[in-house]
Amino acid sequence: MLELKPEEKAMLEGRQGKATRKAMEIITSLGEIYGARRLIPISSVQIAGVSYDNLGEPGLEFLSDMAADGKARVLTTLNPAGMDLEEWQKHGITAEFARNQQRVVDAFAKMGVVTTCTCTPYLVGNLPHYGEHIAWAESSAVCFANSVIGARTNREGGPSALAAALTGLTAEYGLHLDENRVAEVKYEIKATLKTTDDFGLLGQVIGERTKQAIPYVTGVSHATTEDLMSFCASVATYGGVAMFHMEGISPSRTTVPEKTETVTQEDLNKARQSLDDKDAIIDFISIGCPHASINEIAHIAGLLDGKRVKKGKTVWITTARPTKDLAIRMGYYEKIETAGAFLVSDACCAVAPLKGRFTGLMTDSAKACFYARGKNKFKTEIRTIEECIEEAVS
Amino acid sequence: MKLQGRKVFRGKVSGEALVTTQDISFYGGCDPETGQIVEKGHQLEGKSIAGKILVFPTGKGSTVGSYVLYALRKTGKAPLAIVNKTVDPVVAVGCIISEIPAVDQVQIDKLRTGQRLEVDADHGVISTIGA
Repeated sequence: MLELKPEEKAMLEGRQGKATRKAMEIITSLGEIYGARRLIPISSVQIAGVSYDNLGEPGLEFLSDMAADGKARVLTTLNPAGMDLEEWQKHGITAEFARNQQRVVDAFAKMGVVTTCTCTPYLVGNLPHYGEHIAWAESSAVCFANSVIGARTNREGGPSALAAALTGLTAEYGLHLDENRVAEVKYEIKATLKTTDDFGLLGQVIGERTKQAIPYVTGVSHATTEDLMSFCASVATYGGVAMFHMEGISPSRTTVPEKTETVTQEDLNKARQSLDDKDAIIDFISIGCPHASINEIAHIAGLLDGKRVKKGKTVWITTARPTKDLAIRMGYYEKIETAGAFLVSDACCAVAPLKGRFTGLMTDSAKACFYARGKNKFKTEIRTIEECIEEAVS
Repeated sequence: MKLQGRKVFRGKVSGEALVTTQDISFYGGCDPETGQIVEKGHQLEGKSIAGKILVFPTGKGSTVGSYVLYALRKTGKAPLAIVNKTVDPVVAVGCIISEIPAVDQVQIDKLRTGQRLEVDADHGVISTIGA
């Protein structure tokens, strides 16, 4: 039975405004459904459901209603929007879409949400520490927070994350509790993992096998932060996983499960084949799902330096706005754009309104392949970053 | 007949049941303008859920589904109430933000399309009216 403190009851009774009341209804109802006994304070929120392409007018209407008197009580950041908020025109976004997308972002800003518009909040100022209770949406960031950082969050949806922001609270259930953070299946990796695409494919294999069961991953000798971002995005897309343990990397303690599965090179090759459409004609190349780090952008700028993107191909390197600003300062933006590629901030190929604009996507991201196929009906090929750039310029 | 369930969102209404044994994805599976189920091959394909007491096992699919329920409410095409075997977070949040009375943990295999039902969500009770 969920017990509320007097100040929490006051919120539920509407004594702190309509939006707070609605937010509290969401939190307490979910708490009751999942058997929470109390609410706990959270210190950080990441909200998903930002692209107007997904929200539409109904979603925007809900956000506008909440923004009438709702205010974020803790640090709250935002997932990618459907466009670069500044340079949208040169990326082929219509003025009508841009207007509506801006209305969505404005509604969040009115509530005091920091409009970071990125799926990697931990790279741009929303970085919780080990053990911290948070309420994040965006499945890849949820996975990163639980598994790489060791913070604690359930896999929130857009409205429930907003509700946590407006109250500073969440119901204590699921991954907020020790007993639900224990590894359930051990995965022994007997394959070579070198690049972000390899880690994405590993995420796909484990995600599809493990579904909701928390994996314990052994045999990964080395992984960069970017590799882990790719793995998180993929394992959460192809499975329902909100958390994993990776031996030597994840900080959280767990018992090691008896039940063991093996992932071989053959399994990764099969996953690669499954994302490669034989008849794909590549006219779109996108890197940055999850959003590219400054290190990746530096590397890509080097690859594109002095090259020229071929006619009939469009290249999007997607990232967070602060990272783009750094790229401008360092001259990476200049190199990328001079080559005819775009450094797109605030948006990504999964949430931008791209349906009908392209037919074939090449990317290093297994997650991007999933959304390109399902949402945009593109054919896909998964390659390394180097191969993606090679495809664009050769 | 009285069935005891659990409140998901408050309210008391009565109306006609529309029952399916298949899960529903509101995002992509239901047209927010017409209230019709549009998922190919679904038992309710082509049927409108507007003004009905919609009975189905559980929700599936994208979290954007919550906003579709909100849209249905705004266009006046929302179901009168929702009755689930097990509610999922997408439908639960959708009902809360749209103020649609909802009850779960109900033995929905006892309910039939066309029955007149009273849903007393506050007490989690579903009762048949008349025969």
